[in-house]
Order: sequence, then structure tokens, then C-alpha cells
Amino acid sequence: MNSVRCADLRKTYKQGDQDVIGLDGVSLEVEQEGFVCLRSPSGAGKTTLLNAMGGLDRPDSGEVYVAGKRIDNLSKGKLAEMRLRNIGFVFQAYNLIPVLTAMENVEFVMHLQGVPAPERAKRAGEALNEVGLEGLENRRPAKMSGGQQQRVAVARAIVSRPAIVLADEPTANLDSSSARHLMALFARINETRGTTFVIATHDEMVMSYAKRLIRMRDGKIVEDQLQET
Amino acid sequence: MIATSGIVFRLAWRNLWRNYRRTAIILAAIAAGIWAMIFMIAFTRGMIESMVSDGIRSIPGHVQIHHPDFRNDPTVDNLMSRPGGELAASLDGKDVAAWSSRVRVPAVISSERGSRGVTLVGIDPVAETSISFVADDVVEGRHLEDDRDRGLVLGRRLLERLESDVGKRVVVMTQGADNDIVDRGFRVVGVYESEIASTEEAFAFAGRATLQELLGIGDRVSEIAVLGTDRREAEQLYLRLADTAGADVEVLPWYELNSYLGATMRTMDGFVIVWIVVIFLALSFGFVNTLVMAVFERVREIGLMMALGMKPRTIVAQIVAESILLLAIGLAAGNVLAWATIYSLSDGIDFSFVGEGLEIMGAASVLKPSLGIGDVLLSTAIVLGLGFLASLSPAIRASRYQPVEALTKE
Ligand SMILES: Nc1ncnc2c1ncn2[C@@H]1O[C@H](COP(=O)(O)OP(=O)(O)OP(=O)(O)O)[C@@H](O)[C@H]1O
Ligand SMILES: [Mg+2]
Repeated sequence: MNSVRCADLRKTYKQGDQDVIGLDGVSLEVEQEGFVCLRSPSGAGKTTLLNAMGGLDRPDSGEVYVAGKRIDNLSKGKLAEMRLRNIGFVFQAYNLIPVLTAMENVEFVMHLQGVPAPERAKRAGEALNEVGLEGLENRRPAKMSGGQQQRVAVARAIVSRPAIVLADEPTANLDSSSARHLMALFARINETRGTTFVIATHDEMVMSYAKRLIRMRDGKIVEDQLQET
Repeated sequence: MIATSGIVFRLAWRNLWRNYRRTAIILAAIAAGIWAMIFMIAFTRGMIESMVSDGIRSIPGHVQIHHPDFRNDPTVDNLMSRPGGELAASLDGKDVAAWSSRVRVPAVISSERGSRGVTLVGIDPVAETSISFVADDVVEGRHLEDDRDRGLVLGRRLLERLESDVGKRVVVMTQGADNDIVDRGFRVVGVYESEIASTEEAFAFAGRATLQELLGIGDRVSEIAVLGTDRREAEQLYLRLADTAGADVEVLPWYELNSYLGATMRTMDGFVIVWIVVIFLALSFGFVNTLVMAVFERVREIGLMMALGMKPRTIVAQIVAESILLLAIGLAAGNVLAWATIYSLSDGIDFSFVGEGLEIMGAASVLKPSLGIGDVLLSTAIVLGLGFLASLSPAIRASRYQPVEALTKE
């Protein structure tokens, strides 16, 4: 069983009247409890691939399966529902809704899922504890450091036990010590909860946490290897 | 949808106060607009109320009964017998507050200094008391005592025009039965004043029996004026009387007796709706602009919420909720302001400095704004309804963003 499977994904962007290759025949299976890093030079297609896997964007051709269900042909509303139930996202920045507190940001997805209030509060509290933010539940994002904000995003990504967490350069805006903390947190959650992670990065430190390292170039996977951590 | 309404409203509420200054400014504009809307409606209602009740006092009555030709040719040729039988019985009905039969003829009144054409009305002052304005408004001298009174009550203005006075004699000349010109001297016994100056010149009052004798018409009368217990039920009263009156007389309600007044009353509801819409349109520019700005500033956030799994229709709901909240607060503030203003003016606004203009329209020169709950509900419903429609466009535009594009927007 795999969390996500992609078959022969292709995507071309139009930039003016030039065609820019985003993905050029990518096939990939991410195993459950995997911890995968995507690395490449800039512009090789990491973000395009993550977006296709997470149902944020549609490939031009090819198929994407999440938790065994095909998602690349779903309507906008159905895709939103699929993301809500199956995928956790951690973006590079601007991860949080500014008018909501840390706690409320974590609860946000559970509101959309219709989780009853007491359970919502309990699970959000646990998730914030797990990422080491106890005591900051009622802070708004503007009053938190970059590292703290990313941790809130992680708590939100894991709180509803998604099939997979997709993180696009989650450490790019962090100082190196916060970045290390965040990666250690990912690794621990992967270990204790068995959550699957796919992380796109340029950062060697991040790659050092990966159990599986995939290298891309020009929209293609050029290397895919397991590594000891 | 219901499950998400909690978070939708929380987001809408917090987003509303995010740009505090902008929200405060647009709220002030909405409140001022609603204030103007409600106040103007109350003011106009007050004016129309006053026009109608004064109008009814000078018709007078809610319903009148005449000889079928009297209204075309209001002379002694078209008189009717005093009511008897079925009609008399129905005039005793519970919905009748008072009724009175009157003689009404065109006449010329002359003093030593001048003469004026008037409508001379022969009344029974006792029966007339609550029906027309004269009784309360005699300000000098005395009112007629009974229908055999030999005196004459004139309006203040008429008396001034005739350069006459209480206690002096004037000559009344009119056309009696058989087309004879008849005349008689009357002593002016009282002067009345009316809020509407033109009335003071138009009507002169004499005892009914005295006038019947002068005209040689026996005990026939020109009209029966009926005052119902409630103006709003004038139509039922009219239908009931018309039913029992028989074919030899004509029964008419006030809004047909004075069709200008009736039409004014009917157009009022239309005016209220037009006025609400006009004010809303004036407000909608600022309002929609605020929403568009708010959405535009938050594109990235909207992208984030969509990426996390918020459905497009929930995005729409959230932005619409924000606009409805904004309007609801503006409505509440505007209404409070309007009610406070109206309350503080409950003694009426003295418009005597522009009195002539209002009098031409038949309104008194002191106006009391009158606010009905119906108008408040109507304006609230229209503003919220149109606000909902106006906010749909920016809301739907926001929901059409693709999460990726919105997220990467600089
Ligand atoms: N919306 C877009 N319009 C046009 N071209 C795009 C768009 N998004 C991506 N591209 C192009 O597609 C290619 C792949 O981009 P992508 O963002 O997937 O690369 P990446 O590996 O994530 O790069 P980076 O490391 O800089 O984040 C690049 O050449 C990029 O310029
Ligand atoms: Mg990228």
C-alpha cells in the first residue's frame, strides 16, 4: 500500500509564447510511513510535482492516486474535500490565517471537517504540545517567530492524521537552528505517528533527514535512492 | 455548511476589524445613510399623516353620502332626504364614531368693505363635533349652539379679507330652491383658525336649519359625513354603507372624495421603496469597493484556506457574511441614530418658516416624524437583500481563484 502514486505526469506552463516544462513524465510511488526528500536545482519541477500530488494543481496528463483513489480528474469542490481529508500542507511561508490564534489555526481544518468542538480543542491542544508550543495557544501568527509559525503549520498538518504531509521548502525562511528543530520534529512525527512526509528542499541539512532522496532535473526524476539516517 | 458556519462567522468578524480605520469609515457612511433613509421615511410619513388627517377633517369624514349628481353640480338642485330606514340603522353601527348631515352651497359673503365667494356649510354643531375641525378651532367669539343658530362662523383669513369682525353683520347671498337668489344678513358670532390657511378662506359655517329655511329646501340636505372609528378601516365602512344605502344616493370613501389625498397615500409606499433603493445605491459604491479591496488584500490567505480544503462556496459564504455583518452593524447604528433623532423631535418640527410651501400641499406647518415598524423592517430587509446581491460578485470572484495561483501571488 502506498500513500500517493503518480503515473507519467506531464505539465507544460506557458510563459508568454514560450512553453516551459514543469513535469516531463514523472512516475513515483510514495510508500506509507515514508520520509522522502525531493532535491533539484531551482526550476526542475519540485513544486509542480508536490502540487499535483496534493491536488492543488492538475497535471496536463498522467494520473495521481491518493490513498488508493484517483484524484487528478476531480472537480474543484471534490478536490478541496480530498485535500481536507487526506493531505497536510506545510508551505514555505504565510502558512497561517493571520486573524486566528495558533490554536484556532490548528482547529481550522477540523472546523471544515465538522469535528465537534470538545474533540477539536482536545486534538488541537495535543498537536500543539507535540510540536512544542504549549503556552502559545492563544497567540496570533504576527506575535510568533518564523520557526513557531512553521510549527503551528506542522501541528495543523498532522492534526487530522492525513495520508501524507507535503512540505515545500518548509525551512527556507528559517535560521539554521530553527530549521534543525523543524526537521527533528518531522522525523519524530514520522517515527511516532507513522505520518508520511514528502519534502522539497535545496537544503543539505534537510536532505540528511530523508530516508529516501529523489533528485529531479528538467521535470524528470533522475535519481531515486534510499539512505541511512 | 452548518458545521462550518461557526468558523465562517468568526473569520468574517475578525476580518472586519482587521483594517479598523477602513471599517470605521465605511460603517460611519452606512450608518449616516441608514439614518438619512429612516429619518426621511419617518419625516415623509409624518407629513402624509398630517396631510391625510387634516384632509379628512376638511372633507370631512371617512365616508360621505350624496345625491348622485351632487359632486358634479353641488347646488340645491341635487339634495337628498335625511337618512331613514336601513341606512339610518347602519349609521348606528359600531364602526361609526359619528355622523352628521350637512347642507353645502356656494355663496357670496359681503361686508361693507368687500365680498368673497365661499362654501357655506349648514351644520348641526352637536353632531358635527368630532367630525370636522370647526368646533375645536373657534378662537374668538363662540361656536354655533345648535342647528337653529342664526349666527355665522368664519375663518380668520376670510374675516380679515372682509375687514369685518366678530359681532358685525355680513350679508350672505346664494341660490335657493327654484333658482331664486336669496340673501340674508348674518351676525358673525365666531372665528375659527385652521392649520391650513386656505381653509380659513374657503368655508363659512351656519346652522343647518337656518340655512335650510333660507334656501327653502325643507329638511333636505347636501351630504352626510360619516366618521369611522379607524381611518385604516375606512374601506370596510365604505363598503358596508354602500351596501345598505340604495341606488338613489352615492356613497364614497375619503380617498375618492379627495383623490389627490388618496393617491398621495398610495404612492407613499412606493416612495419608501424607491428612497431605500436610492440610498442603498449611493452607499453601495463605497461598500462594494471596500469588499473588493478586502478580498484583493487577502488573495494569498484565500488561497491558503482553499489549499487546506475550504470549499469555494464556503469562501463565498465567508465574504458574504463579512459584508452582511458590516451592513448589519451599520443598520443598527443608523437605526439607533434615526430613532434618537425622531424621539427628540417628537414634539414636531416647526416648519412655519416654509409654511406656505407645505400648506400648498395640504400639510400642516408643524410636522411630527412618524416611524412604523413596517418601514424599519422593510428598509432592513431591502438593505440586507441588496447587500447580499452586491457582495456576491467579489465573493464569487474570490472563490474562483486557483489555490496555487492565489498562494504564489506577490
Ligand atoms: N505558474 C507558472 N507559470 C509559468 N511557469 C511556471 C509556473 N510555475 C512554474 N513554472 C515553471 O516551471 C518550471 C518548474 O517550476 P517549479 O516551481 O516546479 O520548480 P521548483 O523545482 O519548485 O523550483 P524552485 O526550487 O525554485 O522552487 C520552472 O521552469 C518554472 O519557471
Ligand atoms: Mg518550488
